[in-house]
This record gives sequence, structure tokens and C-alpha cells, in this order.
Amino acid sequence: MLRFILRRALLAIPSLFGLLVLTFFLIRVVPADPAAALAGENATPAQVAEIRRQYGLDRPLHEQFVVYLGQVARFEFGESAYSRRPVALDIKQRLPATLELTVSALLLATLLGIPLGTIAAVYHNRWPDTLLRVLSVAGVAIAAFWFAIELQLLFAMDLGWFPLRGRMSSGLAAPPAVTGFLLLDSLIAGRLDAFRDALHHLVLPAVTLSLGGIATIARFTRAGVLETLQKDFVLYERAQGFPSRALIWRFVLKNSVVAAITQIGLLFGALIAGAVVVETIFDWPGIGFYTVQAILTADYKVMLAVTLLIGVIYAAVNILVDLVHGLIDPRLREQL
Amino acid sequence: MSLVLDVRNLRLAVKTDEGRAQILDRVELALPRGRILGLVGESGCGKSTLVRAVLGILPKNAVIESGEILFEGEDLLRLSERELARRVRGSRIGFIPQDPYLALNPVFKIGAQLLPVMRWHAPAPADGPRSGAALLRAHRSRLVEILRRVQIPEPEAVLERYPHQFSGGQRQRLMIAGALACSPRLIIADEPTTALDVTTQLQILKLLKSLATEFDVSMLFVTHDFGVVAQLCDEITVMYAGQTVESGPTATVLGSPQHPYTEALLACHPDRARELAGIPGAVPSPLDPPPGCRFWPRCPHAIEYCRRRPARFSEGRRGQLVNCRLADPLPDAAA
Repeated sequence: MLRFILRRALLAIPSLFGLLVLTFFLIRVVPADPAAALAGENATPAQVAEIRRQYGLDRPLHEQFVVYLGQVARFEFGESAYSRRPVALDIKQRLPATLELTVSALLLATLLGIPLGTIAAVYHNRWPDTLLRVLSVAGVAIAAFWFAIELQLLFAMDLGWFPLRGRMSSGLAAPPAVTGFLLLDSLIAGRLDAFRDALHHLVLPAVTLSLGGIATIARFTRAGVLETLQKDFVLYERAQGFPSRALIWRFVLKNSVVAAITQIGLLFGALIAGAVVVETIFDWPGIGFYTVQAILTADYKVMLAVTLLIGVIYAAVNILVDLVHGLIDPRLREQL
Repeated sequence: MSLVLDVRNLRLAVKTDEGRAQILDRVELALPRGRILGLVGESGCGKSTLVRAVLGILPKNAVIESGEILFEGEDLLRLSERELARRVRGSRIGFIPQDPYLALNPVFKIGAQLLPVMRWHAPAPADGPRSGAALLRAHRSRLVEILRRVQIPEPEAVLERYPHQFSGGQRQRLMIAGALACSPRLIIADEPTTALDVTTQLQILKLLKSLATEFDVSMLFVTHDFGVVAQLCDEITVMYAGQTVESGPTATVLGSPQHPYTEALLACHPDRARELAGIPGAVPSPLDPPPGCRFWPRCPHAIEYCRRRPARFSEGRRGQLVNCRLADPLPDAAA
């Protein structure tokens, strides 16, 4: 299994390199001048030229790329032009907030999507199935920013059930950072008040972010269960006298979730991308919010570092997905 | 002689997009206690549908129009799904499926598939172990004993293996063990040797025959192969296009078939025929079956009356039951 992980990690390196090449050159093709942004609005052309020279932005693009590669190899990501702090430090502080949000959304999507998809398959072509199909199209089609604002209007403004924005109430002291995940840190510190507050803040953004995921996972689970129900072994298990409910949840589902789990891996990438919008709307101090600011200020070092980071997380999640497949299906395990 | 399974006048239709298909038409079947009955017919004659009707696992679009399925004197058609699952399927009727490659769930260990069946059907006995763990141990040791009996090597280790780690013959032995696990009164085997190669087939047939005696269980053996029936079965029932055409002791039916279809089918068997013969014509579609006897369009003895004659058994010359005008006690009805 270790060999499998190593092999997959090595295979991910070319993809990550490709990603690096693509983002590096794409950012430079965009008609935004990082030197001008760094110099500020009132800078003279001479000052801009000086900054350009100082940051090596006047050298040919391919030379800049080689320099950049060398820095990445040493895990140096430079300084953010906006926050004037090392990019690595900024990311380290903000990544846990994003991961807490995306993992919660993914968990929500899985815990709701798999049962919903299964129920739809069991009631194939009857009303629960039809209802779920309509909802899942809606779930994919609804724009996250619109849905987020609707949630804020209803549950934060009108009903006042959930806070409007942020990760924690301003009056409350944050628990000491251990993992960076507020929920975990509150539990570690034994601060139930902080835990409740953080959870309260998490609900609306996580629900918004999970919407598309619920729909996708439900759709793939439904298709998987429908396919499994046609199999001979289901007929055999029925002939053994298993009641149909036990049969579905105990024997059919495990055969049916392989495709849905592949989707969970792919979704993780989409969720991190979606976090950019959701974090901006809910004022969530994660890397999505940070990236938006970086794009607005042409802060290319942040953009590069964040893209690379998302690429690495995505590759890691997909290796994990393959391991989970092996856990489910013994025939795949032997190929690991 | 008491009957374990007694199917009477069973009519079953399946609703399809092209209309109603009459899959079973007045099917009669009688399995005496302690016997092995071979149910023979070509593919598509309704054998498997009959088996699924007995087990109560018909597809959703199937409708039973009339008839009775008496199992140990109780009409299974009157039982609810819950009752069937609780006290018939898997417990009193064991099932051996056609294709052991497809019938085992690939992602569960053998023990995890067979032990829950025993647990589900065998609630804690009044005098035996009551606690979950002790009960599980009791089931385990019984299963291991049965696995040993069906000649599976290392039965303890087998429970921890996955289906794909077994050969076809071994898997079929696992299915036999699964069928026997809850001490059934009847085992239904749906072409259990068709997917296996010839040498394995023979071993499995011998095993089934000895197990039927040892476990004192009656058996309904579905096949399209007369050779298998001759080796294994005490009784035989022949089906054609959803109708039962002939039924009786194996030696009688194979030795002197009375129904023209049985006769023609036996003549097709490569072991018997000098030259390969076929039956002229084709099996009728169940969507538009011929009225009366379903074999008349292909029958050399057909007369006008056969188009009207409803399916019914009457006693043939050698004591078997025959569904044909030639065996009718009132020959003047043919006029």
C-alpha cells in the first residue's frame, strides 16, 4: 500500500509541474502590471520601473520562471505584496479555516447525498425519486452566491437563527490554535461555548457550499444502487430471506458507492474553488477570501502559491479516494 | 404420499411494453417428500419464473392470475412479503442459484454473507445459547461443519475469504452450504451446474444426491439437460412454453414418453439420436401464445381439437401425467 501511495505521489509531480507552468504564464499574460500595483496609485513611472527591476520583473519571462522554480523547490513562496508578509505564513494561518469549511461541506454532502440517492433508487420512478431528481438539478444549477444571500436574508436577517458572517463572534476569545480547526481546537481546550459558537457560524456557509455536492453525490449513488439492484447476487440475497431494508443498506449500498466516492474526490476541488465565492460572501477568513484580494491587487505570488497548494491537496485527496476504493472492494485492493 | 411442494393450476403473466405476456399457463407440479424432482424444459419455457414464483421473488411487473403454491400444505401465495422473508425463504426453502460467479456479493467475505442468513432465520433457541457472541459461535461452528460436509478445504479460513478467491466449483459448493445452513425442508436448485465444466458438474451432482439423503431434504432441480435428470432425479416434470406437458417417475417418462413434445425433445438429445434431429417450427411468443395446447403448431399429431383443448393433466398409459389429448380418458371429446 505504501508503494501504491509513493507511486501515485510521483505520478502527481508532472501534473503539478504542468499546473505551475500554466498558472505562471497565464498570470503574466493577463493585462495587469504587478509592479504598478506594488508601487501604488500615485507612483511615478520611474518608481514603477525601479520596483520592476528590484523584483526581477524586467527579466525575460523564462528566466523569471527558472528563478521561481528554484524558490518553489526550496518551499519559498515570497512575500505577499498586499499583506507584506510571507505568503507561506499567510496561507498557514488561513488554510485551516478553508479546510474546516470545505471538509464540513463535503461531510454534509456525503451524509445527505448517499442516503438520498439510495432512497431515490429504491423508489425508482415513484414520487421520492422524481422529487429528488428535480432537486438535484436545482442543486447543481443554483448559483452559490445567490443561494448564500437568500440564506443570509432568511436565517440571519429575518429569523436571526444564525450569525450573518465570520467564523466566530467578536466578543468571544478564540481557543488556542492547535490544529487551526476552530471546532477541534475548542474541544481540545474544553471550551463548549466556543465550539457552539464556531458551529453556529459554520452552518450557513457549509450548507451553501455543500448544495452542489449533495446533488452530485445523490445522483451518482442513485445510479450505482440502480445498477447493483439488477445484479444476480441481490436476487440471491432476497432468496435467502433478507428483508429488503437490511438488504439495501447492508449489502447493496457497499457495492454501489464506488462511483459516488470518485465524485467525492473530484468534488473536493470544486468545493475549494467554490469556497472563494462563499468565503467572500460570509466574510470567512480562509484562503478563498485571501485569493480574491490577491487577484484584485495582482498579487501574483499569492496566486501562484494558492494554485499550487490547491493542486497538491487535490492530488492527495484523489490518492485517498483510490485507497478508499481498495477498502471497499477487495478486488481493487489486490491491485494496490 | 405427502407432498412438500404442490403447485396447482398456476397462471402468471408479465406486463411488458408490448402487452401482457402469459408466462405460465396452468402449471402443475408435485414434489413428494424426500424426492428429487427434475424440472426440464428449453430456455424461456418458464422454469426460472416458476422458481421465482415459489420463492416469492418475482419481478415487480409479474402478476399471478390464479392457482396455488402449497408448501408443506400452506399456500405461499397467501403469505405476506414479511412472512415469506421471515419463515420461508432461506429458512425452510434453500436456494442454489444458476451462476455461482454472479450470485456471491463481491465485496463481502463468505462468512459475512452466510452467517447473517443464519442469524436472521435462527432466533435464540429457548435451551441453547442466548447471548449474541455465543449464538454467533454456534452458527459459525454449524456453518464450518456444513462447509466441511460439502468438501470445502480449510472451512475455518474460508469464512474470511472473498468470493473472487474461489474457483467456480468451489463457489457452487459454497452456495450449496448456504442453502443447507438453516436446515431447510426443500432445496430449489436453478440449473446449478450449467455454468460449470463437465467434470465439476458430475462432482456437484453426486454431492447433491448424497446431501439430499443425508440432510433429509427434498429437492426441486431445474435443468435443460435430460442427462442430468437421468443421473440425479427420482421424478421429472417437463415444461413447454409455460405449460407443464408431462410428469412422472424419471424412468417412465424417459423410457416411454407420452407427450409428443417430450418425445421430440428426447429425440433431439445427442446421446439418443442417431442423427441430429430438431423440432420443426419455433417456440411461440408468450405475448401471443396459440390457444389451447401450446405445442399444436409444431405437433405431428395435432388436430383441430388441440386448438381448443385447455391445459390439463390426465393419466398416461404408464401412470405418468400427460397434458395431451392423446392421453385424455374421453377420446370422443376429440371429435
